[in-house]
Amino acid sequence: MTRRYSALSLLREGLNGQRGWEPAWRDPAPKANYDAIVIGGGGHGLATAYYLAKNHGLTNVALIERGWIGGGNTGRNTTIIRSNYFFPESAAFYEFSVRLYEKLTDELNYNIMFSQRGMWTLAHDRHGVEMARRSANAMLLNGIDAEYHDGPSVYANIPGLNPNPRFPILGGVNQPRGGSARHDAVAWGYARAASALGVDIIQNCEVQDFIIEGGQVRGVETSHGTLRSDRIGMAVAGHSSVLATKAGLRLPISSYALQAFVSEPVKPCLDTVILSPATGTYLSQSDKGELVLGAGLDLYLSYAQRGNLPWMERAAAGVLELFPQFSRMRFLRQWAGIVDVVHDSTPIIGPTPVGGLYINGGWGTGGFKAVPAGGWCLAHVMATGQSHPLASAFGLERFETGAMIDEASASGIAH
Amino acid sequence: MLLIDCPFCGPRAEIEFRCGGESHIQRPGPHTQVSDAEWADYLFFRENPKGEHRERWFHAAGCRRWFNAARDTVTHRFRVTYKMGDACPEADENAASEAPVVPQGGVV
Repeated sequence: MTRRYSALSLLREGLNGQRGWEPAWRDPAPKANYDAIVIGGGGHGLATAYYLAKNHGLTNVALIERGWIGGGNTGRNTTIIRSNYFFPESAAFYEFSVRLYEKLTDELNYNIMFSQRGMWTLAHDRHGVEMARRSANAMLLNGIDAEYHDGPSVYANIPGLNPNPRFPILGGVNQPRGGSARHDAVAWGYARAASALGVDIIQNCEVQDFIIEGGQVRGVETSHGTLRSDRIGMAVAGHSSVLATKAGLRLPISSYALQAFVSEPVKPCLDTVILSPATGTYLSQSDKGELVLGAGLDLYLSYAQRGNLPWMERAAAGVLELFPQFSRMRFLRQWAGIVDVVHDSTPIIGPTPVGGLYINGGWGTGGFKAVPAGGWCLAHVMATGQSHPLASAFGLERFETGAMIDEASASGIAH
Repeated sequence: MLLIDCPFCGPRAEIEFRCGGESHIQRPGPHTQVSDAEWADYLFFRENPKGEHRERWFHAAGCRRWFNAARDTVTHRFRVTYKMGDACPEADENAASEAPVVPQGGVV
């Protein structure tokens, strides 16, 4: 059986009629007892399970997922990876994530197709230029690559931009190491690597209730029976509040639908990632040739996984403002993911008031870029009981102490 | 596109409205006796239900008045709109059974 992926194994299996590949991950029946349980088979949950096994030697681990792995926001995002944050806490955390992404293909032996094609944030007015300069300076002070470009330099770097836009492009910040990766591959790569280390990945398994004795979690009741463990991590994104309610918890989270779209595929025409906060759009081109574009939040609570029409129109208008030549292209697909927004647009990673129950959530519109670091830090707190230094400021207690990390207003980037 | 029934203007398109979040939140007090945990709960912690949510809406491009609504966060169906300060009308069993059955969203 062929387990490791390489040019040699590809050649060998090609000659062998592709009969020797083994499934990328096992499909085990759940056991009654685990050392740790991770709820949620998206990027963060799968990364958590992997790092529990790899960094902390916990291999008697179950990952349970209500649907199929990577079927939620991990399969619905616009795959942008960046660390262009403002505050030192966020910058250190997201930069750690980008650095893990840079090595992930080798580490997982799974090609996540991470393409560091740059990530531009455009400024369309004087205040936008000031924000862009401030953002670039903050990034440089935090040790992150950043380049401020004036208008002509933006045009020189991004071919095809509208030469005569209604909202002039006066400047922009580029993070050259930003880019995009194949989102499914991130989920599948972590799943394959975690499974190889002994993690049980159990799909189509819904958590119905928590078993809590004397304020300490003891296990979960699921559609596949009772699974016992004194350490449980929740990484369920937009459904965090729904799951936490089963444990008797309230969270500072509001769930909204975030839309994204892809166009019909065309030949390569856009070799970077563009965010234009003023026109409310972000845009890149996938390896298949589709333009991938995102909108802002539909600003009322939603668990519907479909977006509304006014935002769809606004996103399309924003793209046409930047690239009028795309006006005759057609949308191929439109969808939405349910994102968990917190007041300061900073994630929540750490313990909950229930003993042994940990949370990874509050990613808002930008969880994909944080998958490796979010999994790393949730695994750390689950294994050791102590918050990871990179995530020590991301606890639930900040809403009580007031020690917010207000990236929502500081970064000037879409959340 | 949602059609929202403003209690003052009648049914209008959703682009005329802004949602103001959860309704019926009471400010705790007196302030000298409110703990940090209670302030945190008042300011930041929200119901966020999957199902009916009671929330404030603002008819921004119409009468510019606020009102309350009970809306389902999965189907987006507005069960009822009612005025600020009023209690939420209870669900009418018969009316609910006539509501169109909308398939639930996919899995997350």
